[in-house]
Amino acid sequence: MDTEPQFFETNAAPGVVGQPLSRVDGWAKVTGRAKYSAEYNQLPGLVHAVLRTSDVAKGRVTSIDASAAQRQPGVLAIFTHENLPKLAKTPNNPEDQKAFASSPMSFFPMASDQVHYAGQPLAMVVADTLEHAQYAAALLKVNIAAEVPTASYLDPKATSYVPKSVKGTEGVTKRGDAQAAFRNAPVQLTATYHHATNHHNPMEPGATTAHWEAPDRLTVYDTTQGVSETQKTLAAMLGLATEQVRVVTKYLGGGFGCKAWVWPHVVLAPLAAKAVGRPVKLVLTRPQQFTGMGHREEQEQTLRLGATKEGKLLGIVHEKTSTTSPWDDYAETNSRIINMLYALPAFESTYHLAKASVMTSTSTRAPGDMPGSFAIECSMDDLAYQLGLDPIQVRLLNYAEKDPTNGHPWSSKSLKQCYARGAELFGWSQRNPRNGQTRNGKLLVGYGMATASYPVHNSQGNARVRLYADGRAVVQAGATDLGTGTYTIITQVAADALGVPPQNIRFELGDTILPTTQWSGGSTAAGRVSSSVYLAAQEVWQKLIKMAVIDRKSPLYGAKAADVVMEKGRLQLKADPGKGEAFGEVMKRASLSDVEGTAQGRYGSIYKEPGAAADANMNKEEKDAAAGYSMHAFGAHFCEVHVDPELGTVRVARWVSVMSAGRILNPKTARSQVIGGSIFGIGAALMEQTVRDPNLARYTNADLASYHVPVNADIPDMRVDFIDEHDPHVNAMGVKGIGEISIVGVTAAVANAVFHATGRRLRSLPMTPDKVLAAMRQPA
Amino acid sequence: MSSDLFPNADTPPLADNSRRSFLKQSGGILGLALAPPLASQAERLTAYSKVIQGATDITLRVNSQAHTVRVEPRVTLLDTLRERLDLTGTKKGCDHGQCGACTVHINGKRTLSCLTLAVMQQGKEITTIEGLAKGDELHPMQAAFIKHDGLQCGYCTPGQIMSGVACVQEGHATTDAQCREWMSGNLCRCGAYPNILAAVREVASQSSKG
Repeated sequence: MDTEPQFFETNAAPGVVGQPLSRVDGWAKVTGRAKYSAEYNQLPGLVHAVLRTSDVAKGRVTSIDASAAQRQPGVLAIFTHENLPKLAKTPNNPEDQKAFASSPMSFFPMASDQVHYAGQPLAMVVADTLEHAQYAAALLKVNIAAEVPTASYLDPKATSYVPKSVKGTEGVTKRGDAQAAFRNAPVQLTATYHHATNHHNPMEPGATTAHWEAPDRLTVYDTTQGVSETQKTLAAMLGLATEQVRVVTKYLGGGFGCKAWVWPHVVLAPLAAKAVGRPVKLVLTRPQQFTGMGHREEQEQTLRLGATKEGKLLGIVHEKTSTTSPWDDYAETNSRIINMLYALPAFESTYHLAKASVMTSTSTRAPGDMPGSFAIECSMDDLAYQLGLDPIQVRLLNYAEKDPTNGHPWSSKSLKQCYARGAELFGWSQRNPRNGQTRNGKLLVGYGMATASYPVHNSQGNARVRLYADGRAVVQAGATDLGTGTYTIITQVAADALGVPPQNIRFELGDTILPTTQWSGGSTAAGRVSSSVYLAAQEVWQKLIKMAVIDRKSPLYGAKAADVVMEKGRLQLKADPGKGEAFGEVMKRASLSDVEGTAQGRYGSIYKEPGAAADANMNKEEKDAAAGYSMHAFGAHFCEVHVDPELGTVRVARWVSVMSAGRILNPKTARSQVIGGSIFGIGAALMEQTVRDPNLARYTNADLASYHVPVNADIPDMRVDFIDEHDPHVNAMGVKGIGEISIVGVTAAVANAVFHATGRRLRSLPMTPDKVLAAMRQPA
Repeated sequence: MSSDLFPNADTPPLADNSRRSFLKQSGGILGLALAPPLASQAERLTAYSKVIQGATDITLRVNSQAHTVRVEPRVTLLDTLRERLDLTGTKKGCDHGQCGACTVHINGKRTLSCLTLAVMQQGKEITTIEGLAKGDELHPMQAAFIKHDGLQCGYCTPGQIMSGVACVQEGHATTDAQCREWMSGNLCRCGAYPNILAAVREVASQSSKG
């Protein structure tokens, strides 16, 4: 590009960015035409694979008698550990793992006779119909020499240890002397918080349809949040070159972190398809979803918080204990948010893990920050209560004007405005400062609030824009839309960047034949993909301007390229807007039907940094240092609960969220995302828990009847507002992303409201009626 | 909670294919083995197809079109729609009647297609999400879902819309509280509930005016 690409500024004549456009994929979704990964029924000779999973959590498969299953009509193949084709590279081998882009655990089932967790795939049946495959799978006689499993870190058999690192964070981290700060603090609070196992439960279960179009060409329709990561990982496991695998995800029925990874079924489907020589569809059942795509681990955190008598934080010591699998040191990094949320002089965190007979837990909406915020935001509420301060006041008293972890300024931070706007919308001033004093009939009424924050992670990706002379455009990036609104917001960005109406834009995503971009997760997609598309459109203009200024027939002939700008699809002189022409004229004279531009967009602290100085592989500290700024989105949630003191039921009666997350590309879809994240968090606060039997280490409630997610009747009116930010540091579009931050702080806001209503502090999630009643029996 | 959230005692019993009567009916089938068979029930099960074992051709009327399809008796209506007729708008979220994603209309009543067998639905009018719009003209409920952003990932959406249409027809969308209760059989994990409520209530108010 000849000129430095400019930060996206809202034009004097605003376009559609920032407007509440209805979803462009809405029509396909409300008519049933949107095609999800298990719906490619037109593939020639498509057959069905069904998994048979283990009822036993630990042991060894001694035999699998397939004779009855094999005799069933329609059965094409039965795979067990004895005949499953070998993988070229396997997660079981740490060396092999280095070739993968997204492997969620260091274990692949059906490679040996070992059983490590209940629900582990043991066999796979392929048959002509789903019913034939299901029935044959049920007829397999599996014998397992069972051993005594370990159910969780709470199991007396479990041994806890401090890992070297979890997810790139050291097992023990120290900033200052937090132990001494706590010991010497005039105000000391110590509390332990429990968090039940949670499951993502996207409405669309995991599904993979595998089609070998040639021995060296595999197409996979998969429920994945990242087509290119799945492509690279599958290729490595199957011994193919990356380009020989194509992964397609046009529509994804929710993800929430569990669809970010290549789980075993994603690999088993192509293996089966190759063996039977026909396309194979493998869909997890809902119970299999509970043991097929990870979970948020059960955990406890102890927070020791030291403060001055005025309420200023002096130091926090944080310890977390959680369950992990036999192979991986995995834990959500709760310490991140506790370390950075307030002006905190000293911090220490330690992770304890205990291995149990479970699969590796995985990324779940705002991993780490969600449960971490429960601990810090309840403790801040306790501090306020103990010192007789308003909960917002104590947070303002500890407001971090710069990042306490490294002293860097924030790229932007509007948290004070979020508190103020939220308090105003909610009517926070009406709150009785005393707990347990507000009633509505026999119901106890409580107001609670909590802070939210989520980091701007680094990511990068490509996009292509093809602008046709007739004013229509095709925009492409191999991104995925989890339901977050990617289709819509990118259409808006492209429309404004090209100066054409949004209905002239066709945005294509979800396919590895499109320009490569990273997965949709960690709230990176909106900022990264919009930036890539915006920059690719800039390249289109650069090409057109270059053509115009050397074209004798153009009114811009002879002008300097740098003096020409694009305004609403017209090339014109910056100094003399009357002098110029529509882009279509330039193309027509050059006999071009279209002009293409491509670009790489960067998000986070690698934005604006040359590749040599900073790249996506650098660690967080290096990148932040390169950027000179710390980048986070901030927000606040406000909640009113009604607690029935006789039944112990908690109902959320009102909800307000105010978020500051850079530029909001579409307030309509953004509002929906914030509401959705809040509801996900309300579920974790009040009802969601997967219970593993302490003896058998098997889930006792692996279905949607007994794993309770919120229903419509659980959810009140919700109000969402945004504080608009102009942040030129995060990416070319100034977008921070909102998918993750919307759940951070939610459980604490509910717990703080329950505390306000009842005078009882509940520190164990979910806050089910039994726990509320038990607390009510205790003195306030 | 107001009493309009629950059916009145004098409300006529639910139609044949509701979830409740399916359970009643399966209880009856189990009862066949234990007690003298109830002729009416046996007739109902075999009226359209004398073959009760193995794959057989049946005719289903879906979205005003007759489809002949070869299925075993154990094949659910949901799998028939999705896997045989390629009507994949109807979604499978749980296959156990717990999530509502597979909701269709049978003779105008909302029904969980995963909890009913295809052979039981011969001779009835089945409507799926694909049959709701008139050509390019969306059903008001579909348009309201787009307008109010009553969807994110879209996977529960067909079931929500089929339930929403029925909810309005049943007269169960006259207040916000009532509508929330009667829409609670359809799970949405993206959390579009307030927007779904807005969409269903808007259509309900239009219908009552019209």
